[in-house]
Amino acid sequence: MFGSLTERLKSVFDSVRRETRLTPESVELALREIRMALLEADVNFKVVRAFIDRVRDRAVEKAVLESLTPTQQVIAIVRDELRGLLGEGTGGLPVGSDRPQVVLLLGLQGAGKTTTTVKLARWLQGQGRHPLVVSTDVRRPAAIEQLSVLAGDVGVRVHDPDTRSDVVGRAESAVTLARSTGFDVVLVDTAGRLHIDEGLMDELERLKESLFASDLLYVADAMTGQDAIRSAGEFNRRLGVTGIVLTKMDGDARGGAALSVASVVGVPIAFVGEGERAEDLQPFYPDRLVSRMLGMGDVLSLVEKAEQVVSRDEASRLERKLRGNDFTLQDMRDQLMTVKRLGPLDRLVDLIPGMGQMASGLPDNFDPRAVIQTLAIIDSMTKGERLQYKLINGSRRRRIALGSGTTVQDVNRLLKQFVEMRRLLRSVGAASGQKKKRRARGHMRHGLGFPMG
Amino acid sequence: MSLVDRLRRGLRRTTDQLFGRLDTLTSERRRSLDSGGGPEATASIDTLEALEEILIEADLGVVATNRLIDAARGHVDGRDLLASVKGELCRLLDFRPMPSGSVPCPKVVLVVGVNGTGKTTTVGRLARLAIQEGQRPVICAADTFRAAAVEQLRVWAQHVDAEFVSARAGADPAAVVFDAITCGKARQCDIVLVDTAGRLHTQVNLMGELDKIRRVAGRAISGAPHETLLVLDATVGQNGLHQARKFLESSGVTGIVLTKLDGTAKGGIVAAITADLGLPIRYIGVGEQLDDLLPFSATDYVDALFRSSW
Ligand SMILES: Nc1nc2c(ncn2[C@@H]2O[C@H](COP(=O)(O)OP(=O)(O)O)[C@@H](O)[C@H]2O)c(=O)[nH]1
Ligand SMILES: Nc1nc2c(ncn2[C@@H]2O[C@H](COP(=O)(O)OP(=O)(O)O)[C@@H](O)[C@H]2O)c(=O)[nH]1
Ligand SMILES: [Mg+2]
Ligand SMILES: [Mg+2]
Repeated sequence: MFGSLTERLKSVFDSVRRETRLTPESVELALREIRMALLEADVNFKVVRAFIDRVRDRAVEKAVLESLTPTQQVIAIVRDELRGLLGEGTGGLPVGSDRPQVVLLLGLQGAGKTTTTVKLARWLQGQGRHPLVVSTDVRRPAAIEQLSVLAGDVGVRVHDPDTRSDVVGRAESAVTLARSTGFDVVLVDTAGRLHIDEGLMDELERLKESLFASDLLYVADAMTGQDAIRSAGEFNRRLGVTGIVLTKMDGDARGGAALSVASVVGVPIAFVGEGERAEDLQPFYPDRLVSRMLGMGDVLSLVEKAEQVVSRDEASRLERKLRGNDFTLQDMRDQLMTVKRLGPLDRLVDLIPGMGQMASGLPDNFDPRAVIQTLAIIDSMTKGERLQYKLINGSRRRRIALGSGTTVQDVNRLLKQFVEMRRLLRSVGAASGQKKKRRARGHMRHGLGFPMG
Repeated sequence: MSLVDRLRRGLRRTTDQLFGRLDTLTSERRRSLDSGGGPEATASIDTLEALEEILIEADLGVVATNRLIDAARGHVDGRDLLASVKGELCRLLDFRPMPSGSVPCPKVVLVVGVNGTGKTTTVGRLARLAIQEGQRPVICAADTFRAAAVEQLRVWAQHVDAEFVSARAGADPAAVVFDAITCGKARQCDIVLVDTAGRLHTQVNLMGELDKIRRVAGRAISGAPHETLLVLDATVGQNGLHQARKFLESSGVTGIVLTKLDGTAKGGIVAAITADLGLPIRYIGVGEQLDDLLPFSATDYVDALFRSSW
């Protein structure tokens, strides 16, 4: 399988996490992984090069290097930049001004044009439109029959005139029929062709002109490699493509080629094909392709969730606190609440300020019940106690234990953890010399500020 | 037209692009060497980078590209560099299929692959090749799924004048295969060519269907299928390696057919496939017509890719 981009980044940052801060060198390491992952996902070589330069520029900014959440920051940058490649276009097929609206489906051999023609007709029917489909593929054996069978199966009207060799004539007669019978869209399936086949590219130009086609959808196989921008680029140059349909996305192709096409050729992706049946077509959503590229949709949404839950201000306030001397039990509580709101913990350590640095000591079986217990204990404290832990003497500890349904030992343990965590955070916050860092790391592995199961 | 000429015709676009670039690459290098300015090491790194770009843009993938570049590193002269890369590529791709001991009769060849790569066309062309070699083929239309797939293959069967066995749409493909082999035995045909429906390597149930076809074929005649060809589209990127791996695992692929080399795509992923999986490339497709299928030759392929003019 493809090493997922997110996984690669995580493993890079896992190895640099002990450094407590990101360095330009570790950024380079991450960039190497990003480059590798993008190339393995078939993003075009040149696109990758420019992409890496842009990510580098943003990642070596002081704010990112000094952030306590480097993984989150870099993933967010990568996601942003990937999203940027896809442009602003939205998926679907807008209603045109012409009646009938003429749509040509073009592309290389075997890309999925005929199947897509019928899928699109079905989708349009769902939008309350009245599509008519026609095949102009007089070259591939039984291509006309293929369209007729597919359309017939799902109740899409197909026009199949007797002229079996006149490409333009077949399409024109469909448009004439549509005009007289009230079909408002004509979908024209075309024969597959190579972008370097002059004769056949000319044929498409003639077809486009004589039909006054307003929409030219380039159908591209999601598994295409580096050649994608060349073929799509040439179709676009000759004919002016208005949208891309990305087929065969039901497999495990990352779709990097589509990303390159959208960015280099500058044509928006309109639909995604996800199977062989007529209903397997979806309007394109850029964020889904970005998640697919990153390889872990849930991590992506976690980043988003973390951004929502931990607002920017809150995050920087927390960071300030973590670095200063004024980290209180109240802050610890806030942080744990955040953790709780976000869900599964192992995924989250990188997303919350301070957590990444301490995570090397996190056991795999980090117990959510322990979090709940800790919260209960802190909730049983007075406001003053939360802000000034030194107030909590023996009798207060007994009261807190009683109030939270725990034992004095539990309260003691929590306080010990808190004190240790505070000390640790100070040393991380002030970390400058190597020695200091190494010492902090040693401590982190054993005693951690957070409760563990 | 000779085989090499036809191959070259098919790959012309490809090579034009490659030469152009390799030519510039060397002339730039020469210039920097002539001017006596830049240290040789720098020029060499530029050259290697340009080479990396060419190989990655040919879809060889990062791993295979790095392997080739490592092999080429250290050569200072442009000529040696290219020769080294070519040699290494040839070594990777030059795979002679094992000669099978006794020739089964009929020999059963299963043609598999993901959707739209050129399986049906390839079956028609293999039948044409068999006939040219004086054999009698049976064409078996076991793609009972895709609309009009049977009709498409029937047209090719009529063109080449081969026996044709099919069933109605939606029929059990394994049953059609059994019938075709039975027919081949009864009529003393030499080879049964089986077209199958396209399926993504990730579709577990459809891969299971292939397994059933294989078992039923083996029951009809021992050792069948004797060959299983995976049809790959030359435009495919890194996904091609996953396809090959999965089809190899679940349906015992014995060789690759690389189609659509008449475009600008180079199908370089086959280098990774041969290197990682040890699968030989048997044929290449260089057009849509019946005679556009050629036996694969590593030296011709690499020569045509890097036809040297320098
Ligand atoms: N799995 C999958 N197969 C598809 C998809 N779209 C098309 N196909 C298959 O790809 C093959 C080629 O499709 P076709 O429409 O004939 O391509 P055309 O030559 O461009 O007209 C057929 O086997 C289709 O069933 C898709 O989104 N997913
Ligand atoms: N340019 C070109 N087109 C090809 C080649 N081989 C097959 N095709 C075309 O690719 C499309 C799909 O081929 P087909 O045999 O139906 O693929 P299948 O779905 O795998 O059976 C058809 O339009 C073929 O004409 C080739 O070598 N070069
Ligand atoms: Mg078609
Ligand atoms: Mg087929």
